[in-house]
Amino acid sequence: MSLIESLLEPEQDDLIMDAGATREIRRAILTAIAVPGYQVPFGSREMPVARGWGSGGLQVTMALIGSDDVVKVIDQGDDEGVNAVNLRRLITRASGAVETTEVSEATIVQTRHRVPEGGLEVGQILVLQVPEPEPLRGVERDVRELERMHAEADYSRMWVSLYEDRVRNGVITRTTGYPCMVGGRYVISTTPIPRWDVPLLHRSPFLSIFGAGRAKRIYAIPPDTDVEPMTFEDVPFEVEENRGAVCRRCGSDRSFLVATPSSTDGVDLWACSDTSWCNRRSGIDSP
Amino acid sequence: MNQIDVEPEVLEVSALGRAYGPVDDGVIARTGPLAGTSKCATTGTVLAAWDVSFAVAAGEALGVIGESGSGKSTVMRCIAGDVVPSAGTVTLRRSDGSFATITEMSPAEVRGLRVHDLAIVHQNPADGLDLRITAGGNIADPLTAAGWRNFGSIRERAGELLRRTEVPLERMDDPVGAFSGGMRQRVQLARALANNPSVVLLDEPTTGLDASVAAGVLDLIRSLLEEFSIAAVVVSHDFSVIEMLTQRCVVMQHGRVVEHGLTDQLLEDPIHPYSQRLVGAARS
Repeated sequence: MSLIESLLEPEQDDLIMDAGATREIRRAILTAIAVPGYQVPFGSREMPVARGWGSGGLQVTMALIGSDDVVKVIDQGDDEGVNAVNLRRLITRASGAVETTEVSEATIVQTRHRVPEGGLEVGQILVLQVPEPEPLRGVERDVRELERMHAEADYSRMWVSLYEDRVRNGVITRTTGYPCMVGGRYVISTTPIPRWDVPLLHRSPFLSIFGAGRAKRIYAIPPDTDVEPMTFEDVPFEVEENRGAVCRRCGSDRSFLVATPSSTDGVDLWACSDTSWCNRRSGIDSP
Repeated sequence: MNQIDVEPEVLEVSALGRAYGPVDDGVIARTGPLAGTSKCATTGTVLAAWDVSFAVAAGEALGVIGESGSGKSTVMRCIAGDVVPSAGTVTLRRSDGSFATITEMSPAEVRGLRVHDLAIVHQNPADGLDLRITAGGNIADPLTAAGWRNFGSIRERAGELLRRTEVPLERMDDPVGAFSGGMRQRVQLARALANNPSVVLLDEPTTGLDASVAAGVLDLIRSLLEEFSIAAVVVSHDFSVIEMLTQRCVVMQHGRVVEHGLTDQLLEDPIHPYSQRLVGAARS
């Protein structure tokens, strides 16, 4: 076979990751579970998606998944987002796993930006696509100093940044990536989920694995682990709130709502970000 | 040392030395004030500081004076734990009464000591403060490091410290970068006092300030040292600073202590020729 012919050989769809990569990533995941909140370096591979488009989450999912798994993929809570559809297609084709939009049916849920509103139980795995795993990036840029701060649990500069935020803005303005103390030891960035979802991670029955493909880091929150948002004793942690807003489809006022294209009379309309949860409530079958 | 002194020593520096290169009796003999250099001509070893001993009691301030290159900064950095000495020990009595030998501590332990018991006021405020964050935030840093987690209490403590160091309270929420040099030094002092340290190191605290502002800051430092009963080490090349702040001082030249005594006496009647030259230069 000539060189040209070998290059023209159609790529094999079903081989995203080789066995060596799978083993290496599984080892990183085991370390991450053993040391909750610690960012484990791993050899982030080339994926059929660009870094920054979920390659970290994809590698974690591919390392865990088998043909007997059931996978759900959401983007901003939506099963039908372009990114979610393409990743789901890629994962099921490469692994032989079955796809679903129902949280309760899934063994693995890969997500960008949301934790499903409810239904994740013991034995299920939530895989999060992480753009920036380092919670202290905003206060320190030197990698060696960052390592030292984590090693010594020296988070005073994070506290100072929360102090400064409150002094300058009256409230703590941080939205996604809210810094949380995991198991009383490591501070993690809960990127990319909104504050709304942070309480869902605290002593959760399910396992959360965070994969950052670009930064080559994996970290995890095992089931029943304390996840405490960093906040001052006299400044309670608050989640996003749209007072009076309800979902236009299911009428919910206790889910994470996003603005939808406004009606002509200028009234804001809202809808649940978690579409399959909303569908279930409003009695609509998922497509 | 002074046997009449009943105050227990808070800081004790004993036979401290920092060498760059191998040290033997010959190197020690070929360096120092008599040799006129701190670098051994035969082996190339530099004795940045050698055989430096002194002790400081609570409420006392000791001055370290000498020209650039005399080793005073090396002594300071060994006490602060930034430089590991080649010989000797530095021992500090913590506020809870226990003793810490800084020269035997790990970097992490030294950082812990620096949060609770040992504060440093740098010549350049940018070395001791983050100029991008507010005066309150700069004081919140050592407080949160010491475990303060209540926003209201942190604000209250920061406000109290700024009042003590005569920084207008309405500037508490302004970034320190917007402050004048004198006010930055006052914020540095407030930050240094945040966790009631037992020892404060002052490195040229007023160099770079104009004379009237420097006088105000010196006044403030003196009253704070007395009020909080802190053991202080003041490093300076400026005799007026040493005279104003300290009761005792040591004179360093070529890495060695050439004279030590009561500050007033030393300034009135210096014995070592080098001290005489220094005093003469300051008085002329």
